[in-house]
Amino acid sequence: MNAPILFNTLHFDQPWTLENYLKVGGYQALRKVLTEKMSPDAIIAEVKASGLRGRGGAGFPTGLKWSFMPKNYDGVKYLVCNSDEGEPGTCKDRDILRYNPHMLIEGMAIAAYCMDVKTGYNYVHGEIFEAYERMEAACEEARKAGYLGKGILGTNFEFDLHNHMGYGAYVCGEETALLESIEGKKGQPRFKPPFPASYGLYGKPTTINNTETFASIPWIIANGGKKFADIGVANSGGVKLFSVSGHVNKPGNFELPMGTPFRKLLELAGGVRHGHKLKAVIPGGSSMPVLPGEIMMEVNMDYDSLQKAGSYLGSGAVIVMDETTCMVKALERLSYFYYEESCGQCTPCREGTGWLYRIIHRIEHGEGKPEDLDLLLSLCDNIAGRTICALGDAAAWPVQGMLKHFRKEFEYHIEHKRCLV
Amino acid sequence: MINIEIDGKQIQAENGATVIEAAHSAGIAIPHFCYHKKLSIAANCRMCLVQVEKAPKPLPACATPVTEGMKVHTHSEQAVKAQQGVMEFLLVNHPLDCPICDQGGECMLQDMSVGYGGGHSRYHEEKRTVLAKDIGPLVSAEEMSRCINCTRCVRFGQEIAGQMELGQAFRGEHAEIMSFVSGTVNSELSGNMIDLCPVGALTSKPFRYKARSWELSRRRSVSAHDSLGSGLAVHTKNNRVLRVLPIENEDINECWLSDRDRFAYEGLNSAERLTKPMIKQDGKWQEVEWQVALEFAANGLRHIANGAGAEQIGALATANSTLEELHLLQKLMRGIGSDNVDFRLRQSDFSGDGKQQGASWLGMSIADIGNADRLLVVGSFLRKDHPLLAARIRKAVKKGAQVSIIHSTDDDLLMQVAHKTIVAPGALVDALDKVAKGMAAKQADGIAGSLLGGERVAVLLGNFAQQHPQAAQLQALAQQIATAANGKFGFLTEAANSVGGQLVNAVPGAKGLNAAAMLATPRKAYVLLNVEPELDCANPQQAMAAMQAADLVIAMSAYKHHATEYADVLLPIAPYTETSGTFVSAEGRVQSFKGAVKPLGETRPAWKVLRVLGNLLKLDGFSQDTSEAVRDEVLKGMDVAAKLNNASPVPTQHSAPSTQHSGLQRVADVPIYYSDAVVRRSAPLQATTDGAIPLVWMHGEEMKKLGLQSGTVVKVSQGQGSVKLFAAADDKLPVGVVRLAAGHAATAALGAMFGTITVERA
Amino acid sequence: MLSQQVTTLIDKELKKYPADQRQSAVMAALRFVQDEKGWIAPEDMADIAVYLGMQQMAVFEVATFYHMYKLEPMGKHTLTVCTNLSCQLCGSGDTLDHLHKRLGIGLGETTPDGKYGIREGECMGACVDAPLLTINNRQMCGRLTPEKIDQILAELDKQ
Ligand SMILES: Cc1cc2nc3c(=O)[nH]c(=O)nc-3n(C[C@H](O)[C@H](O)[C@H](O)COP(=O)(O)O)c2cc1C
Ligand code: SF4
Ligand code: FES
Repeated sequence: MNAPILFNTLHFDQPWTLENYLKVGGYQALRKVLTEKMSPDAIIAEVKASGLRGRGGAGFPTGLKWSFMPKNYDGVKYLVCNSDEGEPGTCKDRDILRYNPHMLIEGMAIAAYCMDVKTGYNYVHGEIFEAYERMEAACEEARKAGYLGKGILGTNFEFDLHNHMGYGAYVCGEETALLESIEGKKGQPRFKPPFPASYGLYGKPTTINNTETFASIPWIIANGGKKFADIGVANSGGVKLFSVSGHVNKPGNFELPMGTPFRKLLELAGGVRHGHKLKAVIPGGSSMPVLPGEIMMEVNMDYDSLQKAGSYLGSGAVIVMDETTCMVKALERLSYFYYEESCGQCTPCREGTGWLYRIIHRIEHGEGKPEDLDLLLSLCDNIAGRTICALGDAAAWPVQGMLKHFRKEFEYHIEHKRCLV
Repeated sequence: MINIEIDGKQIQAENGATVIEAAHSAGIAIPHFCYHKKLSIAANCRMCLVQVEKAPKPLPACATPVTEGMKVHTHSEQAVKAQQGVMEFLLVNHPLDCPICDQGGECMLQDMSVGYGGGHSRYHEEKRTVLAKDIGPLVSAEEMSRCINCTRCVRFGQEIAGQMELGQAFRGEHAEIMSFVSGTVNSELSGNMIDLCPVGALTSKPFRYKARSWELSRRRSVSAHDSLGSGLAVHTKNNRVLRVLPIENEDINECWLSDRDRFAYEGLNSAERLTKPMIKQDGKWQEVEWQVALEFAANGLRHIANGAGAEQIGALATANSTLEELHLLQKLMRGIGSDNVDFRLRQSDFSGDGKQQGASWLGMSIADIGNADRLLVVGSFLRKDHPLLAARIRKAVKKGAQVSIIHSTDDDLLMQVAHKTIVAPGALVDALDKVAKGMAAKQADGIAGSLLGGERVAVLLGNFAQQHPQAAQLQALAQQIATAANGKFGFLTEAANSVGGQLVNAVPGAKGLNAAAMLATPRKAYVLLNVEPELDCANPQQAMAAMQAADLVIAMSAYKHHATEYADVLLPIAPYTETSGTFVSAEGRVQSFKGAVKPLGETRPAWKVLRVLGNLLKLDGFSQDTSEAVRDEVLKGMDVAAKLNNASPVPTQHSAPSTQHSGLQRVADVPIYYSDAVVRRSAPLQATTDGAIPLVWMHGEEMKKLGLQSGTVVKVSQGQGSVKLFAAADDKLPVGVVRLAAGHAATAALGAMFGTITVERA
Repeated sequence: MLSQQVTTLIDKELKKYPADQRQSAVMAALRFVQDEKGWIAPEDMADIAVYLGMQQMAVFEVATFYHMYKLEPMGKHTLTVCTNLSCQLCGSGDTLDHLHKRLGIGLGETTPDGKYGIREGECMGACVDAPLLTINNRQMCGRLTPEKIDQILAELDKQ
C-alpha cells in the first residue's frame, strides 16, 4: 500500500503541529503554486486530472466546481470549508482537523489562490469542540508563520481563514444552510438557483468543499493530478477516508485507495464483532440505502460499484450491522434523526419526516398495520425530490433501502409484534 | 421577452420572471401558499410544484425562472401528483375545524383541499397542537395549530413593516411562528399579516366570531384617517360595519392597509355615538326632533349675525370632513356674511396665506415617492403619521435610495437613514438653512451632499413642519433645497381631505380669520364640523376657553363629546361609512365613495344637514339633491391638477434668527391612534401600545437636571393649565425639549403644541 | 447585561467577519453566554440583539434552531448522550441505563441538586468512538463502558 496521503503526520506524537507537517513536506505545494506562479487554469486542470470528487457526499467533480467561480471579478469572493460532519456514521473530517489541520489550511490556501479569494471560513460541527480549538490554534500558527494572512510566503498573495462553530444542526452540513448559518441565521437551506458560485456567503460568489476534498489538494498539486487518479479506479480518483463504525471489532478511520474491496475494509476494521455474522451495511453515511451483507462482501468501495449495487458511496462512512440487529429498530432511529433534524421550511420534509418516523415507531412498538409499508413507500415518493434541499431525499432513501432488502423483517414485526432477531 | 409554453399555451414572459409570474400574467392559476407577489420568494410550501420538460423532478413555479423555450405543465400527472402529495402533508397536522374557523370561506387551504386533497386521510397519528399566542389586541394568534409555516407573516415583518416581530422559532415539525418572549406585535401595519395568512392562524381579533365571510356585504370606500387615500372594502352585516379590508391599488396603498385604517371602524360602533339631535335648555340637554334642532341652530346664527355681526361667527372643521361637507360649510358661512372658516386646526403659522400659488399637496405622485433615489423628510413622525408612505420609502431605501431626516425626535423609522439632524423645534429653520447653504457649497456633504447626488429627489414636509410656528420659512427653505437638487417638493398632508378643503376654499379669505385667530380672538358663535376642539386644535386651552365663552356653539358630530359642556346644540352627523362623499388625497386624487351602512339612529349626513341649514337661513344655492351634485358644483370643469401648486415666493432674505427659547420647548406629536374622532373611540386601537396614555419624554440629562427618573410622576404646565403624567427617558431627543403628545384627553388641559412648557416633580 | 468577559470574546469573534456583518457572531455570542452561566435566558438574547444590532426575534430564532443551546438550566454538568445509529449499535442504551442507575434521572431530566442533567444528542461526528457523550458541549468522552462512566462522574463530582 502507498504511504498515507491524508494521514501523513499520524506517526508523530503530535501530528497536528506545523513543525511536524513541515517535516513531511507540508506547504510545499502552496510554495510551488506561488513561486511557479501556477495559473488558476493549470491548477484546475490538475484537480480535474486527479479525478477528485467532492468528499462531502454528493461526489461532484471538484475541478469542475472550481471552474464555476466568476473570473476577473473585482468584488469579494469567499471560500468555505464544510467540516460540519454530522451524517451518522461519518467522522473522518474530525480526524483531519485533529491530526492534520495544516493540510486543510494548505489545501484551502491553494484553492483560494486558484479562485482569487482572500477570505475563507471553515464551518466546524458543534460537538467536536476539541477539533475546533485545534483548528483555531493551527490557523494562528499558520498566520504567525506566514502561511495565512497578507503576503503569504513573501508573495503578494493574501488569504485568511476563520473557523465558525456550528451548534447542533445537521442540516447545516447542506452547503447553503451552512452559509446562512455563517451569516448568523437559522440554518435553513436556500433555494437554488442561484448557486453559491454566483450568490453565496453574504451574497458573494462562494465555493464550498468538504474538509477531505480540500485536504486532498496539496498532494495532488505536489504530485500531479494523474498520479492521484491512478491510485484509485476509473471515475473514482485517489484515496478516500472510510469511517467504519457499528458492529466491528476495531472501529476507526481508514485511508484507502478508491475501489478497495469492502471485504478488505472490514478486515482492517477487525471484522464483525465477537465473530458474529454480517447482516447489513450502510455504505456511505446514514442517508444512503442499506445493503445486505452478502451484496456488500462483493462490492468495491468506489462511486460506480456502489451505485451498481444499489446504494452510494456518499461520505464513505460505513455502518456495519451484525445478525443481532433489528432492522426496524435501526430504521426507527434513523427516521427519528431526520425528523429531528428537518429544518422545517419545506412542507414535505417538515410534515413527512414526522409521519415516517411515527409509522416506523408504531411498527417497532407492535402497532404496525400491513398497509403501513406501502404507505411508507408512497410517503417517500412524496418527499424525495420535492424539497429545497436533499435532506428530504436523505430521509426517504434509508426507508426505501430497508424496505427493498429487509421488507420481510418489517412484515414479521407487524404480524408478530416483535423482532425477528 | 422570453417565449415559454404553459399547458400548451404560448406565453411571453419578462426576462427574469418566474414561472408563477408568467402563468399569473397569462391568467393561468398555479396553486400556492408561501408565494406572495409583494414578498421575497421562500419556496417553502412546495404547493406550486409543476412539471417542467427536461427537468428530472417537479419544480416550484414560484422560484423557477423562465428560460427560453421552457415547456411547463401545471396539470400533468407528475405535477398533480406532486401537488396532491404536498396537499396531503399540509393537511396532516392541520385541524379540520373549517366549520368554526374564522377563515372559513376565504381560506386558501380550504379552497385548494377541495381541488387537490385526497378523499380520506391516510394519517392516523396524533395531530400536532401548537399553543395559542397572545400577540396584542389586533391580531389573533389563538389558533396556531392551523399555521402551515409559509412564513408570509415573518417576511412581511422583515420586508415591509421593517420589524421582525414574528419569527419562526424552533425547527422541523416543532417550528412555530411566535413573537419574542410573548411580546405583542406593535407594528402600525400588523393587520396585513391577517390578510397574508393563507389559513386561519392569524385572524382579526376584533372580528373574531362576528360573522362568516359569506354573510357579509362589501362596499368600496376610502380611508378617512390619513392623506394617502387608501381603498377600503367595508364589510357589513345587519347595517353594521364588521371589518375593513384593503382594496388593492398599486399606485396608492398597493395591497396593504395601516392598522388605523383597518381597525378604526370599531370606533363607529362606540357607545359614545350621538344618535339624536339635542339642544341645551336651561342648562339641560334634551333630545329633540331634527326640525327643532335645526331651527334652533339657524335662529341662533341669524340672531348673532344680525346683532353682533356675522364676523362674530366662526366655523371650524376637521380636515377629514368630506369635500361636500367642507364646501357647504364655507358656502353657508359666506352666505351669512362671515369669512371665518378653516379646517387647518393644528396649524400655527398662517403667514403664507394668500401667497402660495395653489393648493398645498404632495408635490408628486405617491408612486414617485417610491421611485425617488434621494429623500429629505422634514418634521414628520413618518411611520405613525403616514404608515404606508413610510413603508413605500422603506422599500425605496431597500432598493438603494437614501433618506435623510430633519426633525425634533429620532424615532426608529425601521429603515436605514442616511443622514439625520435632530434638533429642538426652535432650531429647525436653522437646520434646513444649513442644508440649503450646504447645497451651494462646492463639496457638499451630509444631507446636502446626499440630495445633490440624486437623480430623483423628493423633499417632503411632514405634519410637524406644517404645524410649526415657522412653517412658512420651513416651506421656503424646503422649496429652495428641492430646486437646488433638481427635485420635487411637497407636503405630506395631514388628513384625508387636507387637499380637498383647499379646493373648496374652506379657508378664510382676506377678510376672514384663520383657525388660530378665530380662537385667539374669541367669537360669539362657532359652528363645529366633526371637531373636538381640545383634541383637534393647536392650542386646546385657548380653544376650550373660546368655546366656553361663546354665546352659541353648534356642534355637528358623530359623537357626544366634550361639547356637552359648552355647546348649545348637538347635531348627529354621519361618519364616513354612513354618508357618501369625496376625499382628495395628498397626491390630488379625487375619490368619491358611497355610504356602506345606513346612518345610525337619527344620524344624518352632514352635507344634508348643512343644506337644510342653508335653506332655513334662506341662502341661495342649497338645493342639491345628492352629494354628487354638491361635489360637481365644485369639481365640474375644475382642472384639479392645475390647482395643486406648492410654489410660493421665496423670501430673498429669509428668516430672522430662530426664535430664542428659554426653558424647555414642547414637541407634540399626535399619536397615530389619537388622530381623529373615530380612531380615538376604537377600543382595539386604544388597547395597543400606540394608544397608551402619553408619557413626558425627555433626554436623560434633562431629567437629571430636574431630579427625575423614568416613572416619576411629574407636573407639566403650560399657561394656566397643568397635568400630571409619568416621565420617561429618551436619550435620542435633543436636550431642551419635552416630548408630550397632543390629541389626547390627558394633555387637553395644556396649551400650544409648540412653545415653552415646564416640568416639575409632582 | 453581557459580562465583560463575554463581550471581549464576542469582540474577538467579530474580527472574523466583515464589519457590516455583526450578526455572524450571534452563534458564538450565544455560546459564550451559555458557557458562562450554563444556559441562555431571554434577557441574554435581548442583550445580544442590542450588541450585534439584530432584531431580538432573529436571535431567538437562532437560539431555538440549534440544539446545543440550552434555553433553561439543565444541570451544572449537562451530559449529552448520542443515541444515533452507530452509538445505538454500540450500546448507547446501556450508557443511558447506567447513567440512570447512577444519577436517578433519565433523558431530559436534571438531578434535584441541579448538578447533572442528561440530554439526548444527535450524531456528534465521532461515530468510531461510539458510544459517546459530551459534557457541557465542551468535552467528548467516547467508547463508554460502565467503568468509564463511573470515572467521569467521579471526576465531575469533584468539581
Ligand atoms: C442534509 C445534508 C447534509 C450534508 N452534510 C454534509 C456534511 O456534513 N459535510 C459535507 O461536507 N457535506 C455535506 N453535505 C453536502 C454539501 O451540501 C455539499 O455538497 C458539500 O459540502 C460540497 O463539498 P464537496 O463537493 O467537496 O463534497 C450535506 C448535504 C445535505 C443535503
Ligand atoms: S428538505 Fe427539509 S431540511 Fe431541506 S430545506 Fe426543506 S425542510 Fe429544510
Ligand atoms: S408557492 Fe412556491 S413553494 Fe410555496
